[in-house]
Amino acid sequence: MALPPLRRKRFDLPLAKDPTSRFLTWLTALMVYLAALSLAGALFVSDMARRWDTGLAGGLTVQIVPLPAGSATLNERTEAALTVLRSTPGVKSATALTTDDIGRLLEPWLGKEAADPLLPMPRLIDVVTDGPVDTTALTARLKSAAPGATMDDHAVWLADLRRFAGALHLAALAVMALIGGAGVMAVVFAVRAGLAIHKHVVELLHLMGATDRYVARQFESHVLSLTLRGGLGGLVLAVATLAGIGHAAAGLKASLLPTVTINVWHLALLAVVPVVACLLAMVTARWTVLRTLESLP
Amino acid sequence: MRYGTGPEVLRDVSFTLPPGSFHFMTGASGAGKSSLLKLMYLALRPSRGLITLFGRDMARLTRADLPELRRQIGVVFQDFSLLDHLSALDNVALPLRMSGAGEAEVVEHCTEILRWVGLGNHLNALPSTLSGGQQQRVAIARSVINRPRLLLADEPTGNVDDGIGMRLLYLFEEMHKLGATVVIATHNEALIRRFNHPRLHLENGRLHVMPAQSAHWA
Repeated sequence: MALPPLRRKRFDLPLAKDPTSRFLTWLTALMVYLAALSLAGALFVSDMARRWDTGLAGGLTVQIVPLPAGSATLNERTEAALTVLRSTPGVKSATALTTDDIGRLLEPWLGKEAADPLLPMPRLIDVVTDGPVDTTALTARLKSAAPGATMDDHAVWLADLRRFAGALHLAALAVMALIGGAGVMAVVFAVRAGLAIHKHVVELLHLMGATDRYVARQFESHVLSLTLRGGLGGLVLAVATLAGIGHAAAGLKASLLPTVTINVWHLALLAVVPVVACLLAMVTARWTVLRTLESLP
Repeated sequence: MRYGTGPEVLRDVSFTLPPGSFHFMTGASGAGKSSLLKLMYLALRPSRGLITLFGRDMARLTRADLPELRRQIGVVFQDFSLLDHLSALDNVALPLRMSGAGEAEVVEHCTEILRWVGLGNHLNALPSTLSGGQQQRVAIARSVINRPRLLLADEPTGNVDDGIGMRLLYLFEEMHKLGATVVIATHNEALIRRFNHPRLHLENGRLHVMPAQSAHWA
């Protein structure tokens, strides 16, 4: 069976030849590209914050510092602290880090000699919790059983990180809002230019009985086709850029940096950016045309 | 009727067009013919006075009511006002598409009417490739495609020779016989004499309605 010939969409207004058409496509591509990168940044920060949360929340660190001679030994106080910790409700496990472990942790600052037995090294106990722990009472019991013991529940550290991640989120949102605002202004400009260029045709259609919505639909369709092309181009470019950054970041072994890998969830969210851009452009085009045509009788 | 703060271009104009009537509109250049036609096809609103169209008081209608009324008015503009980027068929199809007609119906009716005006072989021709007379026929086909209740033409025979002018007038006569109210602004005395219809004569912004039997005055 022969397929019917494809018929190009017919516009009563010759908008495709307008000089603003190409400009709007390129501008949309650029804006979608920047918005997609901002969104990706926000997503990566979210992942990073979630990793910090899961890594640090639900855990405590107890530090026992060396004391002057005459006190109980470091090992004795560590054992006492472990006993207190393991008998505390909400504590799942308490493990003392070995001197080698501590040496490895300090190696970036003190070098290979960090594990030198002559250095007065504190002892660290990694505590994993599986329920609420009364940290005030636990700190008091630890201080009593093992003088020189301090406890860090990561609350301050986590709060700082969460604040930082929140600020990055807000910045990404602000960038996207600014890009959206600039996009709206560009569409308003392009549509107004189109209305001015085709004033005669618009007036003719109006006199022939075209409703404002009929004229607005022509602009909407035109703007949709331009922004869709630009939006898809910008999205492809953004995904390619992120893949490139991910490839470059894969060589870095910095665990605090966010993982720059694009998964299906990220792709789905990034694909929303051109869709939102198109919808925003269509609504703006409609609003601009309807507002402008109000001046006709 | 006045433009902005300028002088009145039409004043004390009062007339009634009975449904299904045919009138010529005459008057020297600048007498107000185009302004009166614009008032009739709702391109302008009067500075003062009352217009009743199809039994509806224009002053009481909102802006949203006007498109539907405009679609009941066919207009042949002096400069044809064809859209250069659209084919003859697509130009004629504009009123139907605005009314939401189906594409098959649009193509069928437009093809039929373009054949009727002798342009059956130019359906897909762009206006720029058509002669002045052919463009005028496209404009007329467009004005009547929707079977308007009121058909207005501003110098429709101004750019064509007498033979084509006569043929165009016969088209308007056909629409008149189908029930349309027709008003044709023209300077062509030969046509006015040939088609004996009443005149709306404008002089210095005032209107004189002249019945058909006295239309032979100079």
